Amino acid sequence: MTTVAAKPATMAQALQRAMRDAMAEDPTVHVMGEDVGTLGGVFRVTDGLAKEFGEDRCTDTPLAEAGILGTAVGMAMYGLRPVVEMQFDAFAYPAFEQLISHVARMRNRTRGAMPLPIVVRVPYGGGIGGVEHHSDSSEAYYMATPGLHVVTPATVADAYGLLRAAIASDDPVVFLEPKRLYWSKSDWSPDAPAAVEPIGRAVVRRTGRSATLITYGPSVPVCLEAAEAAQAEGWDLEVVDLRSLVPFDDETVCASVRRTGRAVVVHESNGFAGPGAEIAARVTERCFHHLEAPVLRVAGFDIPYPPPMLERHHLPGVDRVLDAVARLQWEAEN
Amino acid sequence: MTVQELPGAASYRPTPPPAWKPRTDPAPLLPDPEPYRVLGTDAAAGFAPAVLRRLYAELVRGRRYNTQATALTKQGRLAVYPSSTGQEACEVAAALVLEDRDWLFPSYRDTLAAVARGLDPVQALTLLRGDWHTGYDPHEHRIAPLCTPLATQLPHAVGLAHAARLKGDDVVALAMVGDGGTSEGDFHEALNFAAVWQAPVVFLVQNNGFAISVPLAKQTAAPSLAHKAVGYGMPGRLVDGNDAAAVHQVLSEAVARARRGGGPTLVEAVTYRIDAHTNADDATRYRGDGEVEAWRQHDPIQLLERELKDRGLIDEDGIREAAEDAERMAARLRERMNADAELDPMDLFAHVFAEQTAQLREQAAQLRAELAAEAEGDVR
Ligand SMILES: Cc1ncc(C[n+]2csc(CCOP(=O)(O)OP(=O)(O)O)c2C)c(N)n1
Repeated sequence: MTTVAAKPATMAQALQRAMRDAMAEDPTVHVMGEDVGTLGGVFRVTDGLAKEFGEDRCTDTPLAEAGILGTAVGMAMYGLRPVVEMQFDAFAYPAFEQLISHVARMRNRTRGAMPLPIVVRVPYGGGIGGVEHHSDSSEAYYMATPGLHVVTPATVADAYGLLRAAIASDDPVVFLEPKRLYWSKSDWSPDAPAAVEPIGRAVVRRTGRSATLITYGPSVPVCLEAAEAAQAEGWDLEVVDLRSLVPFDDETVCASVRRTGRAVVVHESNGFAGPGAEIAARVTERCFHHLEAPVLRVAGFDIPYPPPMLERHHLPGVDRVLDAVARLQWEAEN
Repeated sequence: MTVQELPGAASYRPTPPPAWKPRTDPAPLLPDPEPYRVLGTDAAAGFAPAVLRRLYAELVRGRRYNTQATALTKQGRLAVYPSSTGQEACEVAAALVLEDRDWLFPSYRDTLAAVARGLDPVQALTLLRGDWHTGYDPHEHRIAPLCTPLATQLPHAVGLAHAARLKGDDVVALAMVGDGGTSEGDFHEALNFAAVWQAPVVFLVQNNGFAISVPLAKQTAAPSLAHKAVGYGMPGRLVDGNDAAAVHQVLSEAVARARRGGGPTLVEAVTYRIDAHTNADDATRYRGDGEVEAWRQHDPIQLLERELKDRGLIDEDGIREAAEDAERMAARLRERMNADAELDPMDLFAHVFAEQTAQLREQAAQLRAELAAEAEGDVR
């Protein structure tokens, strides 16, 4: 056996290895989508899979999102485990009908007789200078649909671990890939053994005592940076990375908020009727007597995703998080 | 001025470069100009008597099933029933041309096809009665859930057929859709995927004249719905949907072709919906009695009965037997549908995910407490 020197990997590589390992272990795993074969996907996440496993296992489909997901439904009915790539967040919308009317509810409508183990991979979110329709954060739509798991990694290790779990899941999983973290590096190596992360568990990325930042996906690095910056002002912030939006880990989130007594939800999708609204309500319902201040939200503006030259004004950055943290000094202000 | 007449158009339009050639010759894909018929023609002579008799018995049962289910809506036993009276030949033929290992993908109007394939008639009505969305395990008879959103089951059929072929199984999927459903994007995507993948699928369009109230002329400008196949690179076949033998033959050929790796076929069966769209619809608002009457004269049961009689394949006793058999089926259906459905409200949470989430466990506990309070007459 040749030993390969462990070298750091990107999130894109970790996702690719997750699919490769799953395909090698289980011949029913099929990858399909636009340009996923010869090209390896526009983000190269499926790079090499067609070559290694053949075009029947990693298939360039016609350019039709409803068709891609709709045929994946039939394939899953016949015992395959399709992993579908939607090229960009906003191009998944044509497939909503299949996702909502069939993928999400086939298990339920057949009383458990026909589960659909489909993974829908969606590169999502902004911060890469994409033109219109290339930067949407659509997680609220998916979260609002019963029957779907909604998962989003923020680290390279989680990208591998969660995608393996998603492919192994007997339920459909919408797997949101923060595209601005595709090239984020880590000390995770594609050559070292890797762990599968169970879906549905949040993780405390940084411990602290003053307040909890509840976040996920592309906003996790933002919150970690904010927590470092806040230290100078005497705030010791805890950062919870949700990883899974559905199922929601009330336990980890509420345990943290009960310790700190204060919470800010941070995400880049729109605030109004967004994920933060649900999270703030849950936390308030469960931790009311522990709260020293209302649960605040730092989110994208309630606007269609802006053009690239303006997106930095829309995306919640460190300063907006710190402003919210300052507002948590509720007693002093009132 | 047309494009050809524009100044310089001739020099502007290059001849195709050498690499260009049409991928598929459209001629063999084109449907016949007239719907294909068997009954009352020379083609009938060669038709297997056993198949004709079987079709007849199923048509008579099917018609009775439709009238019985419609009556059950009037008694409040079914929330709704989209009758396929007039279309029974399509329903029955679709079920009979398939082998056990094949799959049927019906729409909401195709209860009859599912029953003709062997599904328990009460289980087939679960969706329409309202006790659950699908009353059966789709794997048992290889019948996908009756599909309500139009045309969305078509890509499922393609995916399943494709998966079966990848596994090396010679399984065919037959998917049913209405004329209105052909306007949906999923219809297009399914046909395109099927043709590109050469998936063993047969698409059966039951053109019954209307999508609720909208006539075909407002649905499409194509010469026929079968013509749509050509653009995808698959054969289109036009058949008289009230001629059970013709539908059976055309579908059998399409299924055989798919099974031997010849790819998909689009079959348009021209038929007519005799009843209203459902019991909730007032058909007099969009069509006249004369039109309905003309189609009654082209009734699928009578067409087949005449053929059987002419060829001495059935006598009055045989006709009476078929009617009595259908009557027994209807009585049994009535009896079983009159029994109240047994429902467990806790089922609401049982099949959302493989494993219940904490949130659903909480909600299940809430409902359980409410039910317990209700049982104790503890009404707030
Ligand atoms: C996507 C979608 N849009 C609208 C409807 C409502 N709807 C139910 S049946 C129907 C007409 C369908 O006509 P057609 O496809 O010709 O089938 P038929 O009812 O004649 O069998 C409509 C519009 C639906 N079920 N699904």
